[in-house]
Amino acid sequence: MEKKKIANLDMKQYGMFLALVAIYLIFAILTGGANTSPANINNLVMQNGYVVILAVGMLLCVLTGNIDLGVGSVVAVTGAAAGIILVDYKMNMWVAILIALLIGLATGVFAGAFIAYLGIPPFVVTLATMLMGRGLTYTLLQAQTKGPLPDNFVFVGAGFLPTMKVGGIDLVSIIVAIIATIAVILSELKSIKTKKKYGFALNPTWQIVLKDAVLLFIIWFFFYKLACWNGLPFVLLLMAILVAIYAFITSQTVAGRQIYALGGNRKAAQLSGINTNKVFFWVYVNMGVLSAIAGIVLAARNASATPKAGDGFEMDAIASCYIGGAAVAGGAGTILGAVVGAFVMGILNNGMSLCGLTTDIQKIVKGAVLLGAVTMDVLSKRKKG
Amino acid sequence: MSDYILEMNHITKAFSGVKALDDVNLKVKKGEIHALCGENGAGKSTLMNVLSGVYPHGTFDGDVVYKGETCAFHNLKDSEGKGIVIIHQELALSPLLSVAENVFLGNEQLITKGVIDWTKTRQRATEMLSKVGLEHEDVNVPVSSLGVGKQQLIEIAKAMAKKVELLILDEPTASLNDEESKNLLDIMLELKAQGITCIIISHKLNEIEYVADAVTIIRDGKTIETIYKGVDEFTEDRVIKGMVGRELTNRYPKREGVEIGETIFEVKDWNVYHPDDANRQVLKNINFKVRAGEVVGLAGLMGAGRTELAMSIFGHSYGQKISGQVFIHGKEVKMPTVKDAIESKLAYVSEDRKGNGLVLIGDIKENMVLAARPQYFSNKGVIKGSEEILAAQEYKEKINVKATSIEQVVGSLSGGNQQKVVLAKWMLTQPDVLILDEPTRGIDVGAKYEIYCVINDLAKAGKAVIVISSEMPEIIGTCDRAYVINEGEIAGELSGEEITQERIMQHIMAHNRKGEN
Repeated sequence: MEKKKIANLDMKQYGMFLALVAIYLIFAILTGGANTSPANINNLVMQNGYVVILAVGMLLCVLTGNIDLGVGSVVAVTGAAAGIILVDYKMNMWVAILIALLIGLATGVFAGAFIAYLGIPPFVVTLATMLMGRGLTYTLLQAQTKGPLPDNFVFVGAGFLPTMKVGGIDLVSIIVAIIATIAVILSELKSIKTKKKYGFALNPTWQIVLKDAVLLFIIWFFFYKLACWNGLPFVLLLMAILVAIYAFITSQTVAGRQIYALGGNRKAAQLSGINTNKVFFWVYVNMGVLSAIAGIVLAARNASATPKAGDGFEMDAIASCYIGGAAVAGGAGTILGAVVGAFVMGILNNGMSLCGLTTDIQKIVKGAVLLGAVTMDVLSKRKKG
Repeated sequence: MSDYILEMNHITKAFSGVKALDDVNLKVKKGEIHALCGENGAGKSTLMNVLSGVYPHGTFDGDVVYKGETCAFHNLKDSEGKGIVIIHQELALSPLLSVAENVFLGNEQLITKGVIDWTKTRQRATEMLSKVGLEHEDVNVPVSSLGVGKQQLIEIAKAMAKKVELLILDEPTASLNDEESKNLLDIMLELKAQGITCIIISHKLNEIEYVADAVTIIRDGKTIETIYKGVDEFTEDRVIKGMVGRELTNRYPKREGVEIGETIFEVKDWNVYHPDDANRQVLKNINFKVRAGEVVGLAGLMGAGRTELAMSIFGHSYGQKISGQVFIHGKEVKMPTVKDAIESKLAYVSEDRKGNGLVLIGDIKENMVLAARPQYFSNKGVIKGSEEILAAQEYKEKINVKATSIEQVVGSLSGGNQQKVVLAKWMLTQPDVLILDEPTRGIDVGAKYEIYCVINDLAKAGKAVIVISSEMPEIIGTCDRAYVINEGEIAGELSGEEITQERIMQHIMAHNRKGEN
């Protein structure tokens, strides 16, 4: 007898997503709709691009059960290096980007070697890179802001993809929205097919339809607003590519799953043939490179390199992962969760700024949200256990 | 008033319906050394936990009468207040604190409330140490700078500081060498002369013969008998008979139609040193071989070195300065990493499934494919998702893992089903040689039977299977041949009908005696 299997939507997975929508709607009311303007939607993307990029890398560190405190400083150092190369040496922007990436790689190798091969706790190693990186930035820039940076470089952080405006609306954005719609529907059909094939529990149809309807509404709202403004920001493309790559790595590759196994039970991972030192090493090398990308994007958006760049970004990235449902002890969490977490932080920042709250108050609210999210997560797990 | 300092009457303690202790009686006379003997899992430690209040009053049936009054201990503090101190096998010392501070940990010498009197602490610590033969030790050095033998004595000094009257020692000599053990036993005799009563749990029957006045034997959660020195026959053989005199029913499925083939796994002159101490040799000149289709047991007591042997072979996961050769299918293989071991078609199912075997927050599928993934379920590093699902479902059916689906989180499964997941994980690596370390520890009888069936199927498929077990009936019931391991050496080899509990114990005893001379 075939028993019909029914599963309810995993509220942990979608809870944060709903919270994201709820926070956005609350600020829409508080700001009298100011945060729904096309310009603001565009700002949301551009302001949060680097946090999303960092959160993606940070998630891998969090999966191992650790964090990287050094990312904010690496953002500053790589931005400073790019600025100096562009302004002082007037070199090609590709050279600047390449060198910034190499510096990011080097910091990653540095931290990774200490963590993986010398067994120094990541907290200590990255606390050191945080201090060293910040000091190095001030030294390189002689505590001055370096700028303005050339337009072709600024494009990386503030530029837009080509547009086709028809009646003030960009067709490229609309086409992307259509493609996204088709992709959502196809992937849902495929997932249902797979679940049926292997006899996994299915969600009730109304839940699936509702979930996809909400998702599609958000997609269309988002892209329509962008279409009304300058079209698609380059940062959005960069973010989308990185998120897709890392979502694939963490869910579909041997290397990605090894990070989860390591975070879930290091000894069991070792006895299953996983070289846990190697995993640690590459996780931190990867974080260095992604920090460099974020550093380039930030410098480009500001059209200058400043010694204070990236200050506190590590905390935003770490908080994004935890808000996005990653386990503090490691072994559980998703890239998409971290991205949602990053946007929760972004929408909070953006909304509070529009309401006229100072950054001091913003920090209090962000801290409270982080604490609340993790507390809820821990309590809900305890109830199940 | 009787002359018993302690009477434990009709103690019955159950864990989720399973009786760990069933109507156990223990009577200890004042000033004697009373030994508690039994196989692993017989219930000795549970009984001591009942006595010391780890299992609070009310969670068990029966009563504890200490110095003539019925006691209701709710925690360790209660029993310690009455002068009952238990020293566990894993020492409860804080390694980086000084000897003096450890002696008075939880029992601090104070100037005033909450403020420590260091002068008094040091003075009194020296005083306590002199009672256990350590009068020349510096009490200011960290405990970790002393050897295990001395640390054990510091534990006793700590008990003395609590004005102990009844001292319980759980396997105190398990990690000591012969000289240290002898010293400890002599200290026990001295304590006895001072009027302190001792209960000692030990597997080393020669030590019990040396030190104890009476032995109570526990088997399967029941007291079998108490024998007294000078009254009854008081020999190792007598104690062994009491410990193992159990009927064997058909708890083991028959293995039929298995053809035992050529030797496919052989270990030669295997030597391993302790990972933290390059001078301490853990395994000495181990030689053994296993044929295709053969199930070979590694018998011995806990701490004999069997797990260390298996793990040192499996990707050098234990120990240092490892030397010796391993041959699989007649070819020498080097396995410095676990990955090499897996690729050489060797599998090791750990004794500690939660600590070393499973990712408890992961689901069944993830756990099953973890070790086999690089070789069998991926292509250039990208996972073959549907093949993984099919394989996991196949094994879930094949070895009967009871779960709603392969997406169920492993931490929510019962011990038996968790063990099956670990077995499946290693079967999926398609090994030729499997080492199963305590494959049925802590799982129920039904699941045990199913695991034995899997072992039989593996043998039928021509694999070489090595079973490490501290439960002697399991070795007898499942193995074609067995090596007895004791103190890091092979103490003997038994095959077929020869494998009996008596023969195994005899090999261990004979080896112990050899070690002493």
